[in-house]
Amino acid sequence: MSQSSVDLPPKGGFSFDLCKRNDMLTQKGLKAPGFLKTGTTIVGLIFQDGVILGADTRATEGPIVADKNCEKIHYMAPNIYCCGAGTAADTEAVTDMVSSQLRLHRYQTGRDSRVITALTLLKKHLFSYQGHVSAALVLGGVDISGPHLHTIYPHGSTDTLPFATMGSGSLAAMSVFEAKYKEGLTRDEGIKLVAEAICSGIFNDLGSGSNVDICVITKGHKEYLRNYMEPNPRTYVSSKGYSFTKKTEVLLTKITPLSERVEVVEVAGEAMEE
Amino acid sequence: MTFTIPIDNGDALKNAEADSQRTLYPYVTGTSIVAIKYKDGVLMASDMGGSYGSTLRYKNIERMQAIGKHSLLGASGEISDFQEILRYLDELVLNDNMWDDGNSLGPKEVHNYLTRVMYNRRNKFNPLWNTLVLGGVKNGESYLGMVSMIGVSFEDNHVATGFGNHLARPILRDEWRADLSFEEGVKLLEKCMRVLLYRDRSAINKLQIAKITEEGVTVSQPYSLKTFWEFSAFHNPTAGAQGSW
Repeated sequence: MSQSSVDLPPKGGFSFDLCKRNDMLTQKGLKAPGFLKTGTTIVGLIFQDGVILGADTRATEGPIVADKNCEKIHYMAPNIYCCGAGTAADTEAVTDMVSSQLRLHRYQTGRDSRVITALTLLKKHLFSYQGHVSAALVLGGVDISGPHLHTIYPHGSTDTLPFATMGSGSLAAMSVFEAKYKEGLTRDEGIKLVAEAICSGIFNDLGSGSNVDICVITKGHKEYLRNYMEPNPRTYVSSKGYSFTKKTEVLLTKITPLSERVEVVEVAGEAMEE
Repeated sequence: MTFTIPIDNGDALKNAEADSQRTLYPYVTGTSIVAIKYKDGVLMASDMGGSYGSTLRYKNIERMQAIGKHSLLGASGEISDFQEILRYLDELVLNDNMWDDGNSLGPKEVHNYLTRVMYNRRNKFNPLWNTLVLGGVKNGESYLGMVSMIGVSFEDNHVATGFGNHLARPILRDEWRADLSFEEGVKLLEKCMRVLLYRDRSAINKLQIAKITEEGVTVSQPYSLKTFWEFSAFHNPTAGAQGSW
């Protein structure tokens, strides 16, 4: 799938047409624009009826929190969702693109999308960009062949796992999973474990924070629990918000209209010029 | 990691000699140490591996040693620097004993001494490449502290070095309590060491747990943890995804 606008027959393999031009530009002193990275904790696990995905909601731009409540769980298909870590633009664009490809494919085949279809489309795209599309994804869904959970790395490699974590908070979340995961979890146990893993990332990793988003996918049914948990609420010193020290007092209830000093006359036909 | 100082390049031979005297990178390294305070004192766990780069060269290294009557020192990082530190501490304890004044060095004093040694070496651009964990009990008071190779030192209720920072700290922050019994403390440490065993490539399944109480220091015999690999998803991971792994 080449995105080149030049009308040449596809040669196959990689297209390095722009490398020379990029080199020339950097030599001339062009600084590549910075990008918004989602220092992140994203997790997924398989429970007895399907897949649960979880994510934090902090988007960082270096040391600054750019978005306190962004959405990292992206829609791919009615039965497939994808969490994204890495460069926010890359994860958004790549999941949007594959989501539309899946929809066209559904129209053509007349069947529900399969998770491995999404997996193959994503890994083909990411590999062809040799890791420059910085998107690390946790892809989960339930299709005709059962529940599936995969991780996809920016260079295009994939893993199929019973539980997975990605992002800067992945070690903190993985320590919770390795200590507490077992097979055959019920829905509530699964949600509790995912929330615990994301909270571990939120509180122990500086790149993750704010709230917990959860998405539960089972056969024929999905639940997107946006802001399932808000362990970092905005707090105020006083419960009423701002409190005035002195009660506002009413001094006078008589209204004196100001006398008009200028008479305004409407003249028809001399409207202001636009 | 190289430390370079702008030196007048007149005498190349002298500089080469000076360079060979400074620690530039670690060679044989130990991985994480995890330690917690519990009801009766301090518990510390470490595995017995010494890695030579990416080779697991030594599998019988004791990275925890008793210091004097009241303290236990655990180290991760370069093993030869750990042995050097033990020599310094030996001298320190010897001099302390020679005073024969009924007083003995407690964990706070040993921790302070180590902090000074590590920080001074760092200032000379010749660090001892270790992160040290110092635990002990004296006069009924438990003490647990940490010194890094650049001299950062602090004390806390639970500490972890190396990979333990990322994998064990979240568990300890969640589950540590001040009134843990010995069995609960050991269980908590084993939980952390198991996660490290799964996820740290330089960890081995041969660990020791050390206990320091008012009575003294005991280091357990080496033993190994049970691991679980029987997830059904591991048996046939690509059942639903032919061609991937």
